[in-house]
Amino acid sequence: MQQEYVYKKINHIVFGILSPKLIKKMACTKIVTAELYDKEGYPVDGGLMDIKLGVIDPGLRCKTCGGKLKECVGHFGYIELARPIIHIKYIKVILDLLQSTCRECSRLMLENEKIEEYLRLLEKLEKEKGILQKKRKIKEILVALKKSTKCPHCKAKQIKIKLEKPYSFYEKEKRLTTLEIRSRFEKIPDKDIEILGINPAYARPEWTILTILPIPPVTMRPSITLENGERSEDDLTHKLGDIVRINQRLFENINAGAPEIIVEDLWDLLQYHITTYIDNTVTQIPPARHRSGQLLKTLSERIKSKEGRFRHNLVGKRVNFAARTVISPDPKIRINEVGIPLEVAKELTIPEKVTEWNLEYCKELVKKGPHNYPGANYVIKGGVKKKQITPDTQEQLHNELEPGDVVERHIINGDVSIFNRQPSLHRMSIMAHKIKVLPGKSFRLNPAVTAPYNADFDGDEMNLHIPQNEEARTEADILMQVQTQIITPKNGSNVMGCMEDSITGNYMLTKYLSFTKEKAIEILGKIGIEEFPQFKETVTGKELFSALLPKDFDFYGESKSNEPVIVKKGKLISGTIDEATIGESDGTLLRTIFKSYGPEVCANVLTNSFRLGIAVLLEEGFTTSLKDSDLSESIKEKIQTVIKDSKKVVDGLIHRYHDKQLDALPGKTLKETLEIEILRELNMVRNRVGSIIKESASEFNPTVMMARSGAKGNILNLAQMAACIGQQALRGARIKEGYIKRTLSVFKKNDLSPKARGFIENSFKSGLNPIEFFFGAMTGRDSLMDTALRTPKSGYLYRRLANALQDIKVEYDNTVRDANKTIIQFTYGEDGVEVSKSDKGLIDVKSIIKQVKGG
Amino acid sequence: MEKTTTDKFDQPDHMFVPKHMLLSEEEENELLVKYNISKKQLPCILVTDPAIKRLNPKIGDIIKIIRNSQTSPNSPYYRVVISGK
Repeated sequence: MQQEYVYKKINHIVFGILSPKLIKKMACTKIVTAELYDKEGYPVDGGLMDIKLGVIDPGLRCKTCGGKLKECVGHFGYIELARPIIHIKYIKVILDLLQSTCRECSRLMLENEKIEEYLRLLEKLEKEKGILQKKRKIKEILVALKKSTKCPHCKAKQIKIKLEKPYSFYEKEKRLTTLEIRSRFEKIPDKDIEILGINPAYARPEWTILTILPIPPVTMRPSITLENGERSEDDLTHKLGDIVRINQRLFENINAGAPEIIVEDLWDLLQYHITTYIDNTVTQIPPARHRSGQLLKTLSERIKSKEGRFRHNLVGKRVNFAARTVISPDPKIRINEVGIPLEVAKELTIPEKVTEWNLEYCKELVKKGPHNYPGANYVIKGGVKKKQITPDTQEQLHNELEPGDVVERHIINGDVSIFNRQPSLHRMSIMAHKIKVLPGKSFRLNPAVTAPYNADFDGDEMNLHIPQNEEARTEADILMQVQTQIITPKNGSNVMGCMEDSITGNYMLTKYLSFTKEKAIEILGKIGIEEFPQFKETVTGKELFSALLPKDFDFYGESKSNEPVIVKKGKLISGTIDEATIGESDGTLLRTIFKSYGPEVCANVLTNSFRLGIAVLLEEGFTTSLKDSDLSESIKEKIQTVIKDSKKVVDGLIHRYHDKQLDALPGKTLKETLEIEILRELNMVRNRVGSIIKESASEFNPTVMMARSGAKGNILNLAQMAACIGQQALRGARIKEGYIKRTLSVFKKNDLSPKARGFIENSFKSGLNPIEFFFGAMTGRDSLMDTALRTPKSGYLYRRLANALQDIKVEYDNTVRDANKTIIQFTYGEDGVEVSKSDKGLIDVKSIIKQVKGG
Repeated sequence: MEKTTTDKFDQPDHMFVPKHMLLSEEEENELLVKYNISKKQLPCILVTDPAIKRLNPKIGDIIKIIRNSQTSPNSPYYRVVISGK
């Protein structure tokens, strides 16, 4: 199809009111009858479906431009109204104008000198402080004007004008006709209305009252043919039919000299129809309905609200070549792959250009057709004719396929796709993945990429798009692939890393495990590593892990427990691998590899270490059980003493409080001081118990291993399971009384003791007593409520921030500027450091020197 | 309201107020050429701002501010003086 490009730039836009003259000028015909079609079903000349207004039927030609369906965009018509009608949307402007001008001479009720003065003032105001200030000033002037009772020009007395909603004006008891209003408006001098912020060149006051009405082209109100051959007209056509009919009747009555009452009734009816034609939701008038009682959707409703033109059609565009289903995990695919069901693969296509060199391949695709994978769904002949491949056409299309055609083939393994999960809060929410067709009906993704998408598998759905041309594919391939997004621009840390079991596996492996040569090779084989060094008879875990690293890789880092982790020449010499080296967001080892070897190698190490961790766990076995929280008698005793001691301290505090011997903290009452002191003491219990457990628990306790490696949980969780849950707090204080002076009716009034205020002595293992359970439920529900309320709030907060900052970017000269090129920051971040290439926002000079020296 | 506290307490001398200074015409031109901008595209500051009161700025002057930012010591910032009210 031929396309026209317009190389022009919009300089400015003027909003004004359509003048009767302009309406006539843009109209191509006058509409005189409400009839739509004649007996043959052909549009009537001068009717609402006149083919001068554009065509909506195939085969017909537009009488105005000669275009066929889809070529002709449609043309306006007009009708002459028998009497002026108020445009409902200008009702406020009309009221303002009526109240601020003289009823006799139509001048603005201001002295000439004052008018000059205000004009100068307004001009100055606009120039210096902007349009908003000007508007405010105009409003002030208006309010003052409305109070005037005498015209300074002709000295006529003014009568208060009231608006009787929705569209009648009254001067005392007398109703103003639109004719009168219009004639008043016509007399207002141009200069006077400028004070009211109206530019007379584009909006004369009398234009707010319609004398002729534009009829929109049929193309914006097409009729549809129902299955039974009957025609069903658009809501707008119905409404316009009413208007034309009533208008016609009004004309006839006026010409026949009908009594005033009849004319006025018809006039009002016309006013009603035109008002609902413009806006069918005006209050105080009944909305126009279909015969079925359904509301008509007229002009205003087409534009506004969520289903309107803007939010639905212009902002909310939809696309083809996309798919959406539930996601599920598959740690066996690579991080830059996405598993898609066969059904999806057969539906989504890529246009493949047929050339001499791939003719055979393309013929094969066409031969397979739409149902055999991998086949093709369409053939585009000569760049215009799109032909579906069906059993009937298949043979012919196959034989006629020639270079220059385009085959829309199924997507196959290795094709580029764009994968997305809403809300798309940062750029890692949309990444390019390679297609991998898998059995099943869900999208499969490597669990390591759940973090950037913020996805989980409890029913989340994700969208997949297939880029349709070389440029888009290349761009996605180079800029958007998962491995290029490992480092986040937020703070330079890695968004993807090993998680959960995989971290535990690597921790165990590098901490104490060793395997026989055969086992080691088997494990490496399982995760798909074929190149590894010559192993000795027994292979330590560190040696096994080293097989994943690049041969010349040097690394100095720290593990989660602050031991040094040293890698030299691609060999892990000391230290254990855990969350701090390969985990999400603080995997220093992964980051170092990304920096020195690039995204591909980093993605490989990430995928392989993820698999290795799981493979090791499969080999070794790993479980967490009730046994983990067993404690020896001596430890139990120790913990009991800690709790008892603390209770004693609290008792002492309460005693001193009652004896008034407690010293109040600055700015706090005595009671507040007591609460703070008690809470501090009781919170300490949990920490003390935690450290006792930490010291006593075996390193090989699975729960401890998970906590130490950073896979899941911490020592405090274990302490709560094994020893003591501790103080429950609501809003930073112990649980306060809900009954009179007590928390629960089992306690005495004014009981301040730990157990009466939500201290839980038991552990999850020993079980809670009913009172403790109740306190636990209180804090549990509070935190649940808190998260449920905070998530949408903070989400909206973030959205507003992101929208406000969206067009701010760093320019080539390192300045941060907005869309107007106004400078926001003279050097990005005031130090010009690109965060994603730094070490958490800092430049690590030491390691750079080391690198350069080490050479 | 109008109490003269200036004798006892000068805001511009306070340790938390970064150093403000006026640019000469030459420096102004240099700056505008360096960033390839007009004065409108600079961030602005009110003439009435207490921090620049002592400099007696005119509307359209450019003020250089040297801040001790979190990320780098002595980062310069420029603002153009605009009229208040």
